[in-house]
Amino acid sequence: MTTDPSATHDSASAHDSASAHGSAPAHDTHGPSRAHDPHRSIRPARLLEVDPLLDDPATRIVVCCGSGGVGKTTTAAALGLRAAERGRKVVVLTIDPARRLAQSMGIDSLDNVPRRVKGIDDTAGGELHAMMLDMKRTFDEIVEAHADAERAAAILGNPFYQSLSAGFAGTQEYMAMEKLGQLRARDEWDLIVVDTPPSRSALDFLDAPKRLGSFLDGKLIRVLLAPAKMGGRAGMKFLNVGMSMMTGALGKLLGGQLLKDVQTFVAAMDSMFGGFRTRADATYKLLQAPGTAFLVVAAPERDALREAAYFVERLAAEDMPLAGLVLNRVHGSGAAQLSAERALAAAENLEETRIVDQQDGKVGLCNSPDTHGCSESPASEGPGSAAPAPEPGSPADDRVVTDRAATDNRTTTDDPTIEQLTAGLLRLHAERMQLLSREQRTRDRFAALHPEVAVAEVAALPGDVHDLAGLRDIGDRLAAVRPELPETETGA
Amino acid sequence: MDGLVTLEYVSRLQVVSGKGGTGKTTVAAALALALATEGKRALLVEVEGRQGIAQLFETEALPYGERKIAVAPGGGEVYALAIDPELALLDYLQMFYKMGGAGRALKKLGAIDFATTIAPGLRDVLLTGKACEAVRRKEKNGRFTYDYVVMDAPPTGRITRFLNVNDEVAGLAKIGPIHNQAQAVMRVIKSPETAVHLVTLLEEMPVQETVDGIAELRGARLPVGRVIVNMVRPTVLDAADLEFMETASRPAIARALSGTGLGGARRGGGADRLVMPLLEQAGEYAERHALEHEQRTVLQELGLPLHELPLLAEGMDLAGLYELATELRQQGIS
Repeated sequence: MTTDPSATHDSASAHDSASAHGSAPAHDTHGPSRAHDPHRSIRPARLLEVDPLLDDPATRIVVCCGSGGVGKTTTAAALGLRAAERGRKVVVLTIDPARRLAQSMGIDSLDNVPRRVKGIDDTAGGELHAMMLDMKRTFDEIVEAHADAERAAAILGNPFYQSLSAGFAGTQEYMAMEKLGQLRARDEWDLIVVDTPPSRSALDFLDAPKRLGSFLDGKLIRVLLAPAKMGGRAGMKFLNVGMSMMTGALGKLLGGQLLKDVQTFVAAMDSMFGGFRTRADATYKLLQAPGTAFLVVAAPERDALREAAYFVERLAAEDMPLAGLVLNRVHGSGAAQLSAERALAAAENLEETRIVDQQDGKVGLCNSPDTHGCSESPASEGPGSAAPAPEPGSPADDRVVTDRAATDNRTTTDDPTIEQLTAGLLRLHAERMQLLSREQRTRDRFAALHPEVAVAEVAALPGDVHDLAGLRDIGDRLAAVRPELPETETGA
Repeated sequence: MDGLVTLEYVSRLQVVSGKGGTGKTTVAAALALALATEGKRALLVEVEGRQGIAQLFETEALPYGERKIAVAPGGGEVYALAIDPELALLDYLQMFYKMGGAGRALKKLGAIDFATTIAPGLRDVLLTGKACEAVRRKEKNGRFTYDYVVMDAPPTGRITRFLNVNDEVAGLAKIGPIHNQAQAVMRVIKSPETAVHLVTLLEEMPVQETVDGIAELRGARLPVGRVIVNMVRPTVLDAADLEFMETASRPAIARALSGTGLGGARRGGGADRLVMPLLEQAGEYAERHALEHEQRTVLQELGLPLHELPLLAEGMDLAGLYELATELRQQGIS
């Protein structure tokens, strides 16, 4: 990391504020604070259209990458389902799906084989298969496929191998790529959608195959193999001196027995190394091929988009074909004409009226001590209003009843309950508008840095997705080309 | 706060994990600030090479070296260290075996690369080892160099394996310096000197991962500390408001809006046009509110100290970090 991204961002946003000046269209409904919003006018140059990508028979592999916690797995599953329901024969390779999502697709049993997903709409003639990667099993299968039974048993029983296969940094990445190569080689599917491991950074996932390859090709391997191979060979004195020094140092560091395990392992694996290297290279080429489309997944948050920018840059550097950015959890508002400031001012206005009338200042925090006391029903009958203040989180049942009863004979504007509710609605709106403007700022920063990247925005859902209907909904949102997000004003 | 809180033993190595996207780096940094308050010295350690700490504290990338990064309220100090496994290994070779030269030769051969990226767990051994070294380090006067070490650790899905790696390595390398080092690290990590905290959000997936993570940590006999719910949104409408909303008259809301100057309350007027979108947003809020309530209950059932940190409306910045530190302190976490 030689560049300081924040510096770039700053200069970039200085640019947009300059260009945005004067271009903001005049609106009639907004307040004085509106004048110029430096963050409005930058739009991604291109909109990512998901359906043409999924429908194109030339698209054979879609790779979803991005940092953890941005909805990568869900996006991969939603894309797979959508492509299948649009008539393609699809397999989704997930790495570590949430349990309920896996259950909904029927792949919660780890058997490392694609399973057909039931319950999809197959009227267009498509099929959806899904599998969850079992990295140890994938590794074991490679060993079994490429070594004779005796040698395979020796490798599988080697303690060093057992640790290596269960999770050295990078095994998951390597095995995901290996599995992708296998699925592609079977040629049973029109389209493979791959979810990538939640790597520490953008680099891991692209580097792991190479890294393993260079290790396997490297001098170190020769060193480790040396004792086994060098026995009878003369004429390699020079190397030999270096070797024994190295093995000595390694032995000192690792302990003789571990070194022996490593050496045994390496010797047993020797015949397979060529295969690893070849396949790693082949998978790498496959990723660069025209039939592959990378989608970088992110959420409109600073860290996630910073990672997304790294991915975009890395993919470009590796000649990997980027189709675009999927931006999950983007918020909108149906009342974007009302700014956060005005909403807050109006809410305060409504609350002040009530303070004058009722001398009670409920602001809306459930843990404020007077939550109960403010029960806006001086006329409220019954013992409910005298009960102790409820715990936050446990709605006081009796109070609800009181409110309900009170509602019946209060429907005028003067009604404090309506005002309280309205103030709450306005505060909620102010919060939403602040969120919108924050999201917009981070998005614009990204768009300024990478105007070439096509973007598909997915409107936020209030809850989690864990069934096919939810995935279908996400797919609809993904494919819905939203030429214009609700215009926002800069929030507070 | 409750007087008892101060009597509680505060572990010197505090490990902060959490699902990706929950803000564990932020929480780790706030925790370091909170622990350093009142003249203490805390070291904030980063192990994943993302330079998240530098970004958070708005400084340039951290070198491999301990550097003062912030001053805590009351004169405390926060130091930061981004551990680079490769440099840590060379360091280690030099420090313990005077093998600086061999280290360079190993590097040439690709052995260092091997050791820090390919060799099972060796990378994690180095990372945890370095953190434990900082925990145990003492000054000439016999005092600990750092009162607390806070680690911004790998995510929940990998934390048990990460912390437990030394056990595995001690099993693999049955003798030799690595074996001894691994065992020494495990002694620190499995003792009350260490507490592993998990950061989560009030959403289903992070909560599920937290529950699973705690079970794994407990299964491996690693000391689980606290659960910290991050980015908790304020309660704007409580249960009673939401209940009332179901039956509230729309024209009445429009009139209330209109009364504050937001346009006409009549059908099609400015205020009237706001009512439906506002109610729609409140509906989404209600749905989320119910989900959050459910998830909070799940977390409460874990029987661990549970803390909540507010979502900062202005986004995360340095001032916000201090705000969260104060919040943690008020909640008796340090």
